[in-house]
Amino acid sequence: MRKVWDLIGGVHPPENKHQSVQDSIGTLPLPEKLVIPLNQHIGAPPKLLVSAGDIVLKGQPLAEPKGMVSVGVHAPTSGQISEISDYPIPHPSGMSARCITLIPDGKDQWIEHKGVDNFRDKTPEELLDIIRSSGITGLGGAGFPSAVKLSARQPISTLIINATECEPYITADDMLMQERPEAIVEGIKILSYLLGEPDEILIGIEDNKPKAYEALEPYLEGTNIELVEFTTRYPSGGEKQLIQILTGKEVPNGGLPADIGIVCQNVGTTHAIQRAIVHGEPLISRVTTVTGKACATNRNYQTLIGTPISHLLEQNGFNQSQCSRLVMGGPMMGFTLENSEIPVIKTTNCILAPTEDELPTPPPAQPCIRCGMCAEACPASLLPQQLFWYAQSQNYERLEAHSLFDCIECGACSYICPSNIPLVQYYRASKGEIRKLAAEKVNADRARQRFEFQKARKEKEEAEKTAKREARKKAAEQARAKAAENATASTEDSPVATSATAKSSAADDIIKAAMARAEAKKASPEEQRAKLERGVVRAESHLETVEQRLQALGSEATDKQREQAQAAIEDARLRLEDAKSKLQAAPESKPDKAKEVMAKVQASPKEALEKKIATLKDRINVTEEKIAEAEDDALKVALQKGLEKQQEKLRDAEQQLKDAPTESTTASTKTEDAAATAIAKAQAKAAAQASMSDEEKLRASITSLQARLKKAQERLVAAEEEGSEHIDALRTGAEKLQAKLTSAETELSELS
Amino acid sequence: MFELIAQHPIPAALVALGGLAIIFGAVLGFAAIKFKVEGDPIVEQLDSLLPQTQCGQCGYPGCRPYAEAIANGDTINKCPPGGQTTINAIADLLDVEAPTLDEEHGEESDTRTVAYIREDECIGCTKCIQACPVDAILGAAKLMHTVIVSECTGCDLCVEPCPVDCIDMLPVDKGLADWKWDLPPSAEEQIKALRPGDIIASDQDSGDQAA
Repeated sequence: MRKVWDLIGGVHPPENKHQSVQDSIGTLPLPEKLVIPLNQHIGAPPKLLVSAGDIVLKGQPLAEPKGMVSVGVHAPTSGQISEISDYPIPHPSGMSARCITLIPDGKDQWIEHKGVDNFRDKTPEELLDIIRSSGITGLGGAGFPSAVKLSARQPISTLIINATECEPYITADDMLMQERPEAIVEGIKILSYLLGEPDEILIGIEDNKPKAYEALEPYLEGTNIELVEFTTRYPSGGEKQLIQILTGKEVPNGGLPADIGIVCQNVGTTHAIQRAIVHGEPLISRVTTVTGKACATNRNYQTLIGTPISHLLEQNGFNQSQCSRLVMGGPMMGFTLENSEIPVIKTTNCILAPTEDELPTPPPAQPCIRCGMCAEACPASLLPQQLFWYAQSQNYERLEAHSLFDCIECGACSYICPSNIPLVQYYRASKGEIRKLAAEKVNADRARQRFEFQKARKEKEEAEKTAKREARKKAAEQARAKAAENATASTEDSPVATSATAKSSAADDIIKAAMARAEAKKASPEEQRAKLERGVVRAESHLETVEQRLQALGSEATDKQREQAQAAIEDARLRLEDAKSKLQAAPESKPDKAKEVMAKVQASPKEALEKKIATLKDRINVTEEKIAEAEDDALKVALQKGLEKQQEKLRDAEQQLKDAPTESTTASTKTEDAAATAIAKAQAKAAAQASMSDEEKLRASITSLQARLKKAQERLVAAEEEGSEHIDALRTGAEKLQAKLTSAETELSELS
Repeated sequence: MFELIAQHPIPAALVALGGLAIIFGAVLGFAAIKFKVEGDPIVEQLDSLLPQTQCGQCGYPGCRPYAEAIANGDTINKCPPGGQTTINAIADLLDVEAPTLDEEHGEESDTRTVAYIREDECIGCTKCIQACPVDAILGAAKLMHTVIVSECTGCDLCVEPCPVDCIDMLPVDKGLADWKWDLPPSAEEQIKALRPGDIIASDQDSGDQAA
């Protein structure tokens, strides 16, 4: 005889098991409809495979497992799916959940199915797959997927089959053992194979089931399975309690039996696994006890999953008026059902319909008298009254410190309490509250994280924006500084430009910028017009400056440079024309200004010509001066060439002026006269120069130089007399002239 | 050496004490650097007690700023989403008397709510997105917005900026997963609820015996 340990605590409620063991396990006629909740287990809900209107066969999968901790559901009989909707399910909350409603066709036609001939030919993994896809969950209570429980990673030394069924009234496992011991023993062998043949296989059974003991015993001969009988005491059927009784080992706080090398399975589950492996039948029915004095007959039935409880009760002569309340499960751990239309699910081991005498409404609770009976009854060695105080004051920290979560909610403390305090209710509520707070904490932490992340992100964005703004400001400042520099450079630059290309390109840039600005600021027509006019004027002046520069460039410039300069002039001219046409095209909102400009630009070609002549003359003068100043001969020659060109231009202009319609005003005639004399002079000079030989040229230049020297000296004298500030300039000029003159004279002497 | 100390007990004592002071000072100084606590731990603790709705009903821009304010001496009863539970927890932490909630900042509500955008009415202005303290609203300019329910803290900061009033605060459906047992009424409450004439079964027996 094996040593059996004592259950810690425990109570002896009236068993009331004899009523339902009088008859064999019966079968019920098919109900009108079956309601199959999708999620009947602990874990993820399965994935629906059918839709309303589908015709299904018995055993056909209606939903397949989704995820690791999940099982499917199967059609309990053949028929048609009428709807998939929310329906009240067996749950203490009385809430609804997704259910498949099946209308049986009465044929009860099986889908093709085949069991495994010899389970030892298959690998444990294959068998676990079958168990999983057969929708098998723990049938004892919580409904944990069996395949998960059996695929323990830890090495298992002990397999315990829970045949205790300690809760009063329930006899489903007892009857199953009495009627199908062979199948159960075969199921145990399958489990043993799955777990790698553990050293010990124990069947724990209370001594109030002698018939089941006797039925099982013959099938265990020649096996290593041991049937262990112990004294009946509630709640010896709790997993941890049974392990304690049979092995003396204690499952650690927060741990699983597998942690100490033990796996515990219910007899009903073992039987279901045998059906699935050997016969290929999924879990579509279970043994359910229908009992209580409000029912005429008390009996166990092989009940299809999804059978409405009302159907079960009707078949047993249920008397609604006598029934105090309808309980699913036993009187200790069961819960009251709100209505009888709720279906039987995989974990429904008992339907209890007691009368008021049998299970009276609990009297009002009285204050705790600290008698300590609950602590004596507690199978988990907790301090129920202490937990009760903390639960009342909602001191969750202390509750957890007092191992509230080790409470198995067996109800022994509530049962024994002389003050009728519903202690288990307090623990259940507190556990729920702690779980809720933990979930809220997780949410709060996530919210905090998101809030802080957002804050950081906003700060980063702000910093980036400021940095960008600063960079833009800096760039603008730099651009402004550069522009100012350019402006000063261009104003400082003397007419004698060092590089025509650079200058003209700079001018180009300015024009471009101006145009861009004009484009950007599409202001009122007046403003636009004014701007255009200004643009014309600017373009004109630009053209002039470029031309001047080309002139000034004269000698030093290479051919290439000159070409570039010419191109620049051409460009400037084009621009001027463009500006003019734009101005014309522009609406004449401001005729006055427009006229002015027009007058300037085109209206009087004569004036323009006169102006041109004047500028040409100026230029000729400048060139002449330069020739005079030029020390180098080559330079002088180049300057001369420029001068000739200018003179030519001047002549052209004069010709044009003459050709132009002569609406001569005094002013124009005056300029004409002045121009005429200048032209005459220049012509004479040019002619003289052209006709002269080198020697003559030199002589002429010497004479002119002498004349100029004389003039300069005269001016110098006059300046000295006046005390003018230009004395120095005049003196250097005179000296230079003197030097030139001497060099010209020496040249002449060399020539001659 | 010993004689020297014996001859000059007072200077010797002073030297010894001074030496000890220097040694301990050095140890403490080292400890202050080595085991330096970054930040204010009380703020962290307070922040972990606050509900993290980031609703700003306390007048601070989020839970952490309020936690900092409490650490600097602000009153602890300004958090309506946390309610009395939070106030009690903070009072417990700070070891002060727990005041009742300051109604000025709002009322405590039992039902958790989340924002819901009526999507046909949304004009895609992104104002609610900018108002959301936990980035729980998804959307873009001129495109419909929607609330990520699992991330919404129910702070209702998005309701006010909506120019078309298309945001509602809806109570969260309590699903099966959220269900929990209620705490039974306390013994005192049960006895108070008894009508005159109701007597408890055990009293009835004793009454019979007495009669």
